[in-house]
Amino acid sequence: MSDINRSLTEIVGEHYVSNQPEELYFYARDPGLMPPHKPDYVVVPKTVEEIQKIVRLANQNKIPIVPMGAGMALTGLVIPLRGGIVIDMKRMNKIIEVNEKARYVIVEGGTSHGLLKSYLDKNYPRLRHSIPDSPATATIAANVMIHGQGRLTQQYGFNSDMVAGLEVVLPSGDICKIGSCSLSPDWFSKGAPLPDLSGLFLGWFGATGIITKVALKLYPRKRMRDVEIFVTDRGNLVPDIIYELTHTEMVEDINIFTQPLPMIFKDNHHITIFMTGDTDEELEFKKKLIFGALDRFIKGKDGGFMSVGLAMKQTLLEMPQRSVSRFADVKKGGGFEYSGPILLVERYLGCTRKLVELASKYDLAYSAMARIIGRGHCMMFGFSFTFNRADPDMMDRVRKALQEVSDYALVVGGVFWKPTIEEQRMAIEKMDPNTWNLMKMIKKNLDPDGIMNPGNWEVA
Amino acid sequence: MKYEEIIHRCFRCGYCKLTGDYVDFNCPSYRKFRFETYAPGGRMWLIRAWLNDEIQNSERFQEILFSCATCANCVENCVFTFSDDLVNIFIAAREEMVNKGVIPSVVRDYLKNIYVHGNPYKEPANERGTWADGTSIETYDGQEYLFYIGCVGSYDERGQKIARAVGNLLMKAGVSFGILGSREGCDGNEVRALGEAGLFQLLAEQNIALFKELRAKEIITLDPHAFNALRQDYPGLGGEFEVYHYTQILAPLIQSQMMPLKEYRARITYHDPCYLGRHNGVYEVPRKILSSIPGVELVEMDQNRENAFCCGGGGGNFFTDILGGGEDSPNRIRVRQALDTGASVLAVSCPQCAKMLEDAIKVEEMEHRLEVMDIAEIVTRALS
Ligand SMILES: Cc1cc2nc3c(=O)[nH]c(=O)nc-3n(C[C@H](O)[C@H](O)[C@H](O)COP(=O)(O)OP(=O)(O)OC[C@H]3O[C@@H](n4cnc5c(N)ncnc54)[C@H](O)[C@@H]3O)c2cc1C
Ligand code: SF4
Ligand code: SF4
Repeated sequence: MSDINRSLTEIVGEHYVSNQPEELYFYARDPGLMPPHKPDYVVVPKTVEEIQKIVRLANQNKIPIVPMGAGMALTGLVIPLRGGIVIDMKRMNKIIEVNEKARYVIVEGGTSHGLLKSYLDKNYPRLRHSIPDSPATATIAANVMIHGQGRLTQQYGFNSDMVAGLEVVLPSGDICKIGSCSLSPDWFSKGAPLPDLSGLFLGWFGATGIITKVALKLYPRKRMRDVEIFVTDRGNLVPDIIYELTHTEMVEDINIFTQPLPMIFKDNHHITIFMTGDTDEELEFKKKLIFGALDRFIKGKDGGFMSVGLAMKQTLLEMPQRSVSRFADVKKGGGFEYSGPILLVERYLGCTRKLVELASKYDLAYSAMARIIGRGHCMMFGFSFTFNRADPDMMDRVRKALQEVSDYALVVGGVFWKPTIEEQRMAIEKMDPNTWNLMKMIKKNLDPDGIMNPGNWEVA
Repeated sequence: MKYEEIIHRCFRCGYCKLTGDYVDFNCPSYRKFRFETYAPGGRMWLIRAWLNDEIQNSERFQEILFSCATCANCVENCVFTFSDDLVNIFIAAREEMVNKGVIPSVVRDYLKNIYVHGNPYKEPANERGTWADGTSIETYDGQEYLFYIGCVGSYDERGQKIARAVGNLLMKAGVSFGILGSREGCDGNEVRALGEAGLFQLLAEQNIALFKELRAKEIITLDPHAFNALRQDYPGLGGEFEVYHYTQILAPLIQSQMMPLKEYRARITYHDPCYLGRHNGVYEVPRKILSSIPGVELVEMDQNRENAFCCGGGGGNFFTDILGGGEDSPNRIRVRQALDTGASVLAVSCPQCAKMLEDAIKVEEMEHRLEVMDIAEIVTRALS
């Protein structure tokens, strides 16, 4: 047994460290399209102290470390590009504290969105969090790490904006508290009124530290939810429609999907409007305002509310929406990948056209799903292609299409979300050099030996 | 390999390792080992890698495949259209390994014992019916029902007690039934789950032939594992019988007051056996029996019915113990869940679950707080 293996065994116990071919094979990949690279070890720690010891060991021996949640980012962010130790965080999944009146929860760094939802449903039925539509196993820490978005993003911004504090193990192995919790027992703010240091970690893909605790803001959960779909074939009107909808401030979440199948969906833009209320009156009142806001589009024959059947309502109201994952099996092949740049809502039509053009060029099945962020401040536009894992040619075509999406996104002013290594390189190249210099300075100071998720946010 | 055309379709999304309401991880082998490789998605990806020669059949690979408890939580919760086949896929991979002869020694021993002795305990066949000694239970001879026991109820001390409890209750209720005694053969459910398809077929065909020879039409099973084999697999081999789990016979008798029950004051939580619950959809019948007992307060664990957490004994693990050991072994997790409800009785309806959970209670030193009782034993107490 090597020294590293022995040390890891001492830290986490023999059952929770592996350098066996089976784990090395599996943890070399994610479900997306990036090429695999094997780690040297996989560990599944249980405590913050264990993480600290692992980081210190890696530091002493200059071994890379890659934290992993559920591995659902799909863009290769958990693939250990230079080997080293993959830390599977999911054994650290406790819900540590809920402060009901201050509406926040503190969870461990491997707690999943599904687990939190279930916990709140049962114990705090008047509270909720901004759940993404990623599979329920996706972890909260990783989701805020990649600036994810969820059901409350139209109201409160990126899920990372809803962070109320962090505990991070730094590359040195020291623990650092970020936000109000750094000097108070209460975790109500990630920064203000202090300097907001959360930016040293969020968005860095673990390249500056490992999140071991996250405080997340919770929000009022109304007793009822409903969903309506406004359909238009006039893509150019979508930004105006969104502007009117967000102006009402009556909407829970707005997603827009367009897809070629079933046939009646083709060439239509489905603006999916979620609403909540504590009473029928509240819900009806909100609906009235929402319908009223879109009245001129209806009168102008530019669109209308489609009737949403019970089954479809159920599917859409699920949290997370499991149907989103099912897109992976459209080609009976267990795979999809999407590039989801963040950009202005006014780029919507261009993005859909590009997606359809690329799908046709590369003969691929596609789906577009946009999520409005804030009151129309920007959107995530998902260029999604499904692929058959047993068809290398199709996988290659998806890769090529996504490369074109990356080029396109930059041209239209987009910023990559959860970028692949190549997209990170492109972003760095385009970024204001002073911004990149600042990022480099931060990285160098926090992680001088470059052991934390190496390859990410660095120039090859 | 069978199902090879499906294996690449796993997205690795992990819905399959959770309960339907996401309250916790619900794949017992994942709960114990905690590497993704021991979860259903991990198995899917590794089987594919193995078929593609990217990994070899190692001891660890065997542990990964044979630690699946065939509990069907993944079947219940995978969001894709192939979900129904997940357990079949894992069994098919085991079959490949069995055919190549590269399997864990504990599995080989189990299969060999069934082949040679007809039971996993290496006990003589003529002792199969001894559990009924001292009772007035008759040998099957054209009665309305054939009462089929299975290996655990026939030979295991704990299982025998449950078999007697059920047998006596049926007698008391005036049900017309008989047992096969030394003529009974292994039902083969675990043989199939462990990947010995040929041996399973042999056992099933022998049993079917015997049932037919005796003109048995309606069969009551003690063990949900046997219930599953007889109900799900035997019809495909020509064995069409009306098959019941014993709770399905008791429930109407109790509800129609044919077995008037006295008060039995107890807070009881019920553990759904995977082969009765998820595999065969029987969730409410055992609960109806418990709720019919005056004085019983039935409380549920968070993980119940479709979301029940497996005791870790399924898929042959009861015999091979690949999933056993350590505080995260499924049976220990399950008894902690039961204790959390405040119940003093953990009700079961399967001799394998009974033993798994009783063992866990001992290790967890909960003997004074929680007692495992089969539903038949609880009803017996309420009758006395
Ligand atoms: C079907 C589908 C639907 C999706 N829908 C959404 C959606 O609606 N909204 C959305 O935001 N996303 C969505 N996603 C993307 C993604 O799944 C989620 O953002 C998810 O929350 C990522 O969590 P994870 O645990 O899978 O992250 P991982 O992929 O495991 O990790 C992501 C990054 O975070 C790092 N990391 C992980 N844990 C830690 C830690 N504790 N400390 C430091 N770094 C860490 C990793 O190294 C990696 O760089 C979707 C994905 C799929 C497949
Ligand atoms: S088996 Fe189904 S639910 Fe599980 S990871 Fe694979 S696709 Fe997802
Ligand atoms: S059958 Fe049960 S033990 Fe086996 S992979 Fe599925 S959930 Fe896990």
